[in-house]
Amino acid sequence: MLDLVWLAKACGKVVVVVPFVLLACLGLPALLGISLAERTVNRLSQWLITLGFLAALAVPALMLASDSDHLLVSFGNWIAINPGLDTDHEHYHFTVEFEFDRLSVPLTIVSFALCGTISGFAARYLHREPGYNRFFVLFSLFLAGMMTTSLANTIETLFAGWELVGLSSALLVAFYLERVAPARNGLQVWIIYRISDAALLLAAVTLHHMTGEGDFDQLMGSDPWPHGQTSLTEWQALVIGLLLLIAAAGKSALIPFSGWLPRAMEGPTPSSAIFYGALSVHLGAFLLLRTSPLIAASVWLAVTILVLGLLTALYAYLVGAVQTDIKSALAFGALTQVGVILIEIGLGHWLPFFWYIALTHLLGNALLRTLQFIRAPSLLRDYHDLENAIGKRLPRPSTVPVAVAPRAFQIWLYRFALERGYLDALLIDYLVAPFLSLFRWLDRLERRWVGLLNQLPANRREPTHISSWSNEPTPVSGQR
Amino acid sequence: MPFTSIPWLELAVAVGLLGTLVVGRLRDPLTAANVCLAFVSTLLTLCIAAWVAFAVDPTASPQGVLTYLLGRPVLMLDELNAPLVPGIALLHWLTVLATARTKMVRFSFSRLLLGAAIRVATFACLAPVDLALLLLIGVLPPYLELRARKRPTGVYLLHMGLFIALLLGGLATSGTVSAVLLMAAVLLRSGTFPLHVWVTDLFENGSFGTALLTVAPITGMYAALRLVLPIPTPDWILQSIGAASLCTALYAAGMALVQTEARRFFAFLVLSHAALVLVGMELHTTISLTGALALWPSLALSLVGFGLTLRALEARFDRLALTEYRGLYSSCPPLAVGFLLTGLACVGFPGTSGFLASELLIDGALTVNPIVGITVVIVAALNGVAVLRVYLLLFTGKPSTSRVSLHITPREQTAFLILSALILLGGLLPQFAISNRHQAAEMTLAQRATQ
Repeated sequence: MLDLVWLAKACGKVVVVVPFVLLACLGLPALLGISLAERTVNRLSQWLITLGFLAALAVPALMLASDSDHLLVSFGNWIAINPGLDTDHEHYHFTVEFEFDRLSVPLTIVSFALCGTISGFAARYLHREPGYNRFFVLFSLFLAGMMTTSLANTIETLFAGWELVGLSSALLVAFYLERVAPARNGLQVWIIYRISDAALLLAAVTLHHMTGEGDFDQLMGSDPWPHGQTSLTEWQALVIGLLLLIAAAGKSALIPFSGWLPRAMEGPTPSSAIFYGALSVHLGAFLLLRTSPLIAASVWLAVTILVLGLLTALYAYLVGAVQTDIKSALAFGALTQVGVILIEIGLGHWLPFFWYIALTHLLGNALLRTLQFIRAPSLLRDYHDLENAIGKRLPRPSTVPVAVAPRAFQIWLYRFALERGYLDALLIDYLVAPFLSLFRWLDRLERRWVGLLNQLPANRREPTHISSWSNEPTPVSGQR
Repeated sequence: MPFTSIPWLELAVAVGLLGTLVVGRLRDPLTAANVCLAFVSTLLTLCIAAWVAFAVDPTASPQGVLTYLLGRPVLMLDELNAPLVPGIALLHWLTVLATARTKMVRFSFSRLLLGAAIRVATFACLAPVDLALLLLIGVLPPYLELRARKRPTGVYLLHMGLFIALLLGGLATSGTVSAVLLMAAVLLRSGTFPLHVWVTDLFENGSFGTALLTVAPITGMYAALRLVLPIPTPDWILQSIGAASLCTALYAAGMALVQTEARRFFAFLVLSHAALVLVGMELHTTISLTGALALWPSLALSLVGFGLTLRALEARFDRLALTEYRGLYSSCPPLAVGFLLTGLACVGFPGTSGFLASELLIDGALTVNPIVGITVVIVAALNGVAVLRVYLLLFTGKPSTSRVSLHITPREQTAFLILSALILLGGLLPQFAISNRHQAAEMTLAQRATQ
């Protein structure tokens, strides 16, 4: 008799492995200096993503047929130190294990569907672009990261996928190499992602330290999502939960890290669609859903998430209303919904059914935004055609509710929205600039000291600094 | 003579010294490079043979000339240095292989072979007195180079003079005083803040290859493990090494972010990572020491790869200023890929050889002291930002144009492919390396406990 669970696990392995096979197929030739033809790249992407998609569909079908709501696919220990020894010996293991459940399966299917669609779209959109192969290598890196993150059953595995998503995202923002602005914006995205990565790494290691394991099963109990119960105390849940919230805030552009979102639109439209409209921007919310038992255990964590979601939704709504380019407007539209999803996740503390609503909301928003992003270029052309045909501008209804507010408040709000809540300026002026000034000052001191020891003339001891935030070299006085 | 009784290490050092004499007499740079490659390939093969012999029979005692003369074994392998010695030889081999023709004119291959012989001997040395002697001799090749290039030697002389004084003082005394002096010598040799300026000075004034091979193997860590750790000293000495290293890691990571010259940026990146490795020693738990010992060769490999990429770019575009976006990607895409891969490997990116070692180190650090763990994470984040910043500054922007081909040469490509393969294999299949380093960590801690 056919073992359905075995078959489901085999399909699960295909789901996990396929993105890495695609990455190897596209990445290794690039490493060897071999340039693949566009058609080869396109076919490899389409076939392998379709295979992954079919396997992802087969997994829930087989799970339903075998009456199982929770499937673990293990690839064993990546490393193990002193495995099997008693607790008196220091031991460590990094398990590569993936979980198919009510949370990860829908996201996996949607991810494959969207990546397949975007892959087909990009094949035409980037036809004969110089960076065609580079785009697809980074795209496959993103897919591998996305699958690893969404299916991970250990927080360390999730972290590995999280970093892959971050790197591919930053490099795709800087995709157009000949221009400086994308490079600068890519760097800013990377900086925020590194903060997010650091918070997640600390959460992972703290969790490992507190429980002795990184497995979500150990953290959340063996009940299927969302009924898991954590063995951590409320205080421990709050500490790990807050670290995870910082990680989620960085990845999902929540307040105060929202400034990078419009900057990320410098990348090509296909990557903007998949990253900032659909999948990457929702990863923070997914992380919180995955660790929902922590929210159940700590009311303060739930309140913090709820407030952060509310603030982000308000902020993104206001800023999105004044955007003048369609990609930024769509990105802030997506962010508004991410804020609402966070509110739903926070409310799940009192009524866990909200976590199902949050998941459905997340998937729906991802699908809608992808459609809007890839429709955007042709939509603008259609609007222009319509306006040319009727000989005047199309009517633009005002739906902003603040229209009834006093004029002075409207102007202040408009400026606030136009400057994106001054979030970037605050971070740069009060965090980045003092940090850079301090180290530039130390650098000057060091050079003078070395010059003195080497008996160099004074004019050879001073550096010229460049600011990563501007194109002009910054004077040595360190003033911005 | 049985395979395990052949004095492979003595032969390797002898080949290095012989090569120094032979290559020093050659005047044609290309011939010198090729002959040097032959010598360093032989040296690498002999070191690998020594490792294989140790793996076959760890108790074997090869009878060489030095053993005959001194009446005791001098160059030996144990769990700690067995993979490190061939690793050191490999770094030299890769450096020779990746040397571009434009660099050959000014680069001294004979001094590289001399350095290789000294460094292989240093890492193959177990006895503190022998090791100290070799550390002292190791000071010479960079100094000779600075002199030969007519560059200022004040900073180097001052720091190395102090290093020699501290090392000799440590050997001449005993107990806590000895440990403190040796600790100071180790910290100086590792480029610990504020005694690190000799490293940045060496990168600015010496040749990139020499500076790279002097600093990237993180010889200070080996000296710390052989000279300081076995001494029965109070814990505060190790904690001082850890605290000073932690400050250095953070300081150098911050400095790497504001540099305007590629060489200085790289020097601070090396300093930051070398300090992180030393942090693991202070924690002296098996897990953290395993992490530090695993991170060490992984970092040495990644840093040398990263340095060689910068060196290859320098060979094409002269010294690289980081004051503008230079648009070098179109000139040489494989170097951009190599730069990114080795740079990410340095910061322990998933899939590269440093990832799991960093995880172990951070896990061990958090267990012992949460502040150390948090600082290590911050340092890793800052270094990651610094690497991508420089990548974007070098490879994006208006494309540079050139009348001559700037494409990667077959020799450079071979070197980078080997490096990439080692970095990726070490990242994807890390169990062997981690198990090996875990055994070394247990042996080291057991030796300290015995003392």
